[in-house]
Amino acid sequence: MTLAEMQFVPPDLYPVSAEIFLLSMACLILIVDLFVRDKKNTLSFVLTQLTLLGAALITVFTSARLLSLLIAVTLGPEAAADLTPRYIEALGIPVGDEITYTFGKLYVDDLMGDLLKLMLYLTVMLVLFYSRAYLLEREQMAKSEYYTLTLFATLGMMVMISANHLVTVYIGVELLSLSLYALVALNRDSVPATEAAMKYFVLGALASGLLLYGMSMIYGATGSLEITAIAERLFSGQANKTILGFGVVFLVSGLAFKLGVVPFHMWIPDVYHGAPTPVTLFIASAPKLAAFAIVIRVLVNGLIVVSQDWQAMLLILAVLSMAVGNFAAIAQTNLKRMLAYSAISHMGFMLLGLVTGVVGGDARYALNAYSSSMFYVITYVLTSAGTFGMILLLSRSGFESDEISDFAGLNKRSPWFAAVMMMMMFSMAGVPFFVGFFAKFSVLQAVVAAGYLWLAIAAVFFSLVGAYYYLRVVKVMYFDPPANKTPITAPMNAKVLMSANGLAVALLGIFPQTLMSLCAFSLLRSL
Amino acid sequence: MSGLPLLSLAIWVPIIAGLVVLATGSDRNSPLARMLALLGAIFGLLVTLPLYTGFDMTTPAMQFVELSPWIPRFNINYHLGVDGISMFFVILNSFITVIVVLAGWKVINNKVAQYNAAFLIMSGLLNGIFASLDGMLFYIFFEASLIPLYLIIGVWGGPRRVYAAFKFFLFTLLGSLLFLISLIYLFVQSGGSFSILDWHQLPLAMVPQMWIFLAFLVAFAVKVPMWPVHTWLPDAHVEAPTGGSIVLAAIALKLGAYGFLRFSLPIAPDASHELSGLIVGLSLIAIVYIGLVALVQEDMKKLVAYSSIAHMGFVTLGFFMFSALGLEGALVQMISHGFIAGAMFYCIGVMYDRVHSRQIVDYGGVVNTMPKFAAFFMLFAMANAGLPATSGFVGEFMVILAAVKFNFWVAFAAASTMIVGAAYTLWMYKRVIFGAVANHHVAELTDISAREFLVLALLATGALGMGLYPQPFTEVMHSSVNELLRHIAVSKIL
Repeated sequence: MTLAEMQFVPPDLYPVSAEIFLLSMACLILIVDLFVRDKKNTLSFVLTQLTLLGAALITVFTSARLLSLLIAVTLGPEAAADLTPRYIEALGIPVGDEITYTFGKLYVDDLMGDLLKLMLYLTVMLVLFYSRAYLLEREQMAKSEYYTLTLFATLGMMVMISANHLVTVYIGVELLSLSLYALVALNRDSVPATEAAMKYFVLGALASGLLLYGMSMIYGATGSLEITAIAERLFSGQANKTILGFGVVFLVSGLAFKLGVVPFHMWIPDVYHGAPTPVTLFIASAPKLAAFAIVIRVLVNGLIVVSQDWQAMLLILAVLSMAVGNFAAIAQTNLKRMLAYSAISHMGFMLLGLVTGVVGGDARYALNAYSSSMFYVITYVLTSAGTFGMILLLSRSGFESDEISDFAGLNKRSPWFAAVMMMMMFSMAGVPFFVGFFAKFSVLQAVVAAGYLWLAIAAVFFSLVGAYYYLRVVKVMYFDPPANKTPITAPMNAKVLMSANGLAVALLGIFPQTLMSLCAFSLLRSL
Repeated sequence: MSGLPLLSLAIWVPIIAGLVVLATGSDRNSPLARMLALLGAIFGLLVTLPLYTGFDMTTPAMQFVELSPWIPRFNINYHLGVDGISMFFVILNSFITVIVVLAGWKVINNKVAQYNAAFLIMSGLLNGIFASLDGMLFYIFFEASLIPLYLIIGVWGGPRRVYAAFKFFLFTLLGSLLFLISLIYLFVQSGGSFSILDWHQLPLAMVPQMWIFLAFLVAFAVKVPMWPVHTWLPDAHVEAPTGGSIVLAAIALKLGAYGFLRFSLPIAPDASHELSGLIVGLSLIAIVYIGLVALVQEDMKKLVAYSSIAHMGFVTLGFFMFSALGLEGALVQMISHGFIAGAMFYCIGVMYDRVHSRQIVDYGGVVNTMPKFAAFFMLFAMANAGLPATSGFVGEFMVILAAVKFNFWVAFAAASTMIVGAAYTLWMYKRVIFGAVANHHVAELTDISAREFLVLALLATGALGMGLYPQPFTEVMHSSVNELLRHIAVSKIL
């Protein structure tokens, strides 16, 4: 190769415009905050929300495929066929391939990524709205770093969602994790919070190490770090089987840590419990979307050839998570801790969809199975944001409202929010007409279709165990006398959003079709 | 037949009425909440009446069918329809809802709007169960109906309400989750259909049939309830408020039995024949053993709860003898039990509201202070014991007749209920109503009000009318029952 041929080709920045926008805005907010003296950080809050809104608009209007899909969903296919080309032309959006790579295939932009990012912005915006009043009421927490760190974490998740290279995966994971460590310790005078941050950091660093070690072995076995190239090398059978096997084990362990499934779940209860509730709300919602995305990117896109190996591992992790999560949750008196164990069990249930993609070399059911997991994770994030948001809604200055007993008699204090919380609990327990039922149903049908009847029976057994502790929250709210009678002081926007969140859980439970097909369609176009 | 979507109305009118009642909010508006609830319940009953008048008795096919796609991703349809088997339950349920709203009129003064809304919403969901022809739709209504009843028991129930509510919810959930797996299995086996009618035609080998039958059995046996998974029922009945007990006995118990007819028998006919001995045995245990258990109860509600289990034993016995007489007898028994058990619980509720005790020993000589009430209670006690000319007699007699043809000893055991049933009911009646006035509580009793009279009269009309002239009920069932029997006589094993 001569020097003349080695010219620099500038990367196509179009697919990453949302990321660039978000990064610039995060830096801008950081600087603005230096010069604006505002105890309430109103400017940072507003700018952060506008940034997320802007990123959402950029994501929609730079992606011809997402735009046409959204038009088709809202206006129907006939109108879409007519309107979409005109819109796309008017806005000057390049109609690229279904899957666009950039930065020399480090980065990928596809429909699954677009959809997950859209959900991500929505979740983070919701999180910020729910957290606002809580942060203002506590002096030591009212720092604008909460907003910038959240933005950096969001950027990390966007990188994870769009990673097509193991190093990109790692950069995204680290950007997210480091922001989260700092967020957990945001209230530096709180002993439980610093303890939680310390535990999170030590275990998180260990998991990152496992992840990196696995990546290096995959590199050793296949000679590449690029996910699509890894898949090609594996298809052609050029990989060293032993090293590959070890690499997969380490990789799965690292991913399992990020998902928080047994036996890599130790950090979840402590961090959820110890972290300030707005941070718990954040950790418990959006990162699940990103973790799902990297599982799909790394295991499905990259390592589908050795699916038998990682499916067997995920199967064990899934069953253990459902068992440990559900049984341990029964014993909890703290709602945050209970929801932490419930998160473990939910992630276990979600993994069932990934376990059943390829059966005996037959990938017929893969799309059905993976899209059921995607539906599960999206609806779980929505419900989880709602439940932690409810804790924030009921908390006041000097009162955390994070014990289950703090919800006693909520029905007397506010019948509407008791009803919303009840919907969330029944949704998590998987009772119709709430969306959690269809999430469980879609995963179960994938499991049964793949022929794992015993697994489906085990899954419903653990769901039955799980129903007990969700019912207990409903019992406390409805059957017990109120512990205190103070009216709910949360600001109007949090109340409205909480109501909308609850209605979404109910309405998606009555009309799940759209979201289900969105998941299936986006995976069909991305795998 | 009118062009209105009658079944959708039967489902959604009560649910929407319930949401409207809920919107009235706090107890300051309770008179308004009661009025709206009553109007909603009556309107809900009125929209179901054309189901009977417009019913075509000559065909076993589904009628008033509504079909539109709901979740095309999994081929789940909003598919409704009734035949001669299910039609009466929709009407009975809507009727009982009116009774329940009236029964809670004066008694419930705490969270009135939520109480009435829970019953109205549950009524809509129960109608949905009886009208569903799509397996998943059935399941969704089936499981969603647990939520209102859980709240009704837990919020307005007695001292051990929390225990009873949890036991009720978790027991039934256990059954229904296995049911869900079977539904998904059938969905996969049938190549992607959730239509119950498609499943009726689906050929299945013996082993899967057995598993499906057993999974269905767990789900429905808990609901019926059959011995030995009946233990949640006495707890739930004792702790539930009167209205809750009425709905539980009159409608909720019928869901399990209805499930046998809609799912177990037609989908797994060979397994049903194979395992009929098991069901007959369990039914006889329920009839004889649970009847004896009822005899020794000291709590009136518990006594009636056990008698309900014994009566439901007749229903499952009638199903699994595979004769038209037995099946129709069982169906008549289901409807009649709806009137009688509902009325028995209401009678106990009337006394409980005045004395706040359900123990038999706290009563005695009630007839001296409440003569009108005693007369009604006498009628229902006799009906519960299966006295001729009441509806209780018709169903039991038909099932016993069928049993004589089936096997003499089965009939012998089943017929013993005529003695045991009379013993526990009438003995209780004697101790509570007759004799000298036992204590000052009884002496201070006031006789039933006009509202209570109306409720008892409505239920008495049902129990007596069906006993004296059962034909309008049975003639509607004929063709559907015969079709079902023809269907299950044919093996599905290929």
